[in-house]
Amino acid sequence: MIEMIPDLLPSIAFYGFAFWLVISAIGVITAKNPVYSVLFLIFAFFNAAGLFVMLGAEFLAMILVIVYVGAVAVLFLFVVMMLDVDFKSLRKGSMKYVPLGLVLGGILLAELFLLLKARFGTAPMPQMVDLPEISNTQQLGLVLYTDYIFAFLVSGMILLVAMIGAIVLTHRRRPGVRRQNIADQVATKQSDAMEIRKVDVGKGIEKGI
Amino acid sequence: MGFEVGLLHYLTLASLLFTIGIFGIFLNRKNVIIILMSVELMLLAVNINFVAFSTHLNDIAGQVFTMFILTVAAAEAAIGLAILVIFFRSKGTIAVEDISTLKG
Repeated sequence: MIEMIPDLLPSIAFYGFAFWLVISAIGVITAKNPVYSVLFLIFAFFNAAGLFVMLGAEFLAMILVIVYVGAVAVLFLFVVMMLDVDFKSLRKGSMKYVPLGLVLGGILLAELFLLLKARFGTAPMPQMVDLPEISNTQQLGLVLYTDYIFAFLVSGMILLVAMIGAIVLTHRRRPGVRRQNIADQVATKQSDAMEIRKVDVGKGIEKGI
Repeated sequence: MGFEVGLLHYLTLASLLFTIGIFGIFLNRKNVIIILMSVELMLLAVNINFVAFSTHLNDIAGQVFTMFILTVAAAEAAIGLAILVIFFRSKGTIAVEDISTLKG
């Protein structure tokens, strides 16, 4: 019994990650507070990263944690907290389409499962018993900068366009804000800033200058 | 099947996740933020499929495509949330049925 445990370990890890992935995915769509939804989404991404490590895709697992948890999920969290929306009213009447959604989702799931079982039912997953001679990151780099260089550059362009688009969309010049105008500051002459007067003894100068 | 984790386990998990994403759109059909999060879940399911097949077929191309999907999904989330923010600034709501200005 004891010697069986090392063989069972990958299965236990898979079922653990898969269970919490599904639970947190259900949490994303059912949580009353959208902040909890985002936190569930972060947990789901962590579990998916664990599954990626089990599949031997360590680089993608780290990318998932860094890009999704570190950037996308935090962006969601930021927007959810920034918008002053009454989320309770948004859920009103949402149960109307739940039976339809359950039926459609059940049909889709049954179809997918039957199809996959018929096609890949007996396909074994090659276990990572011996590590390949080069690491996963190195393998990715070998093809990413050679065979897929065009797609790589295009994805860089997509990110640039998305960045500029997001900045242009959300940037606004608010009235009534005192901004620092460097050109004005540099162009100021001494005569604009101060005035030299002769003050007679005992008289002072008039106020309000 | 037994306890041994095969390709079918990963594919079933991915289809379950995809179905949860679709159901999330039905359940939260008024809240654009949760709909965007459901789309992220569906993309995650697709990524799991890609990586599982990449390991199964011993071909690194699946992982390369997963990286491109991650890139496009990040760009899509940024643009979607930016549009959401400016829509909220001008209308004061994010309910889906209020986004009907283009309707004739």
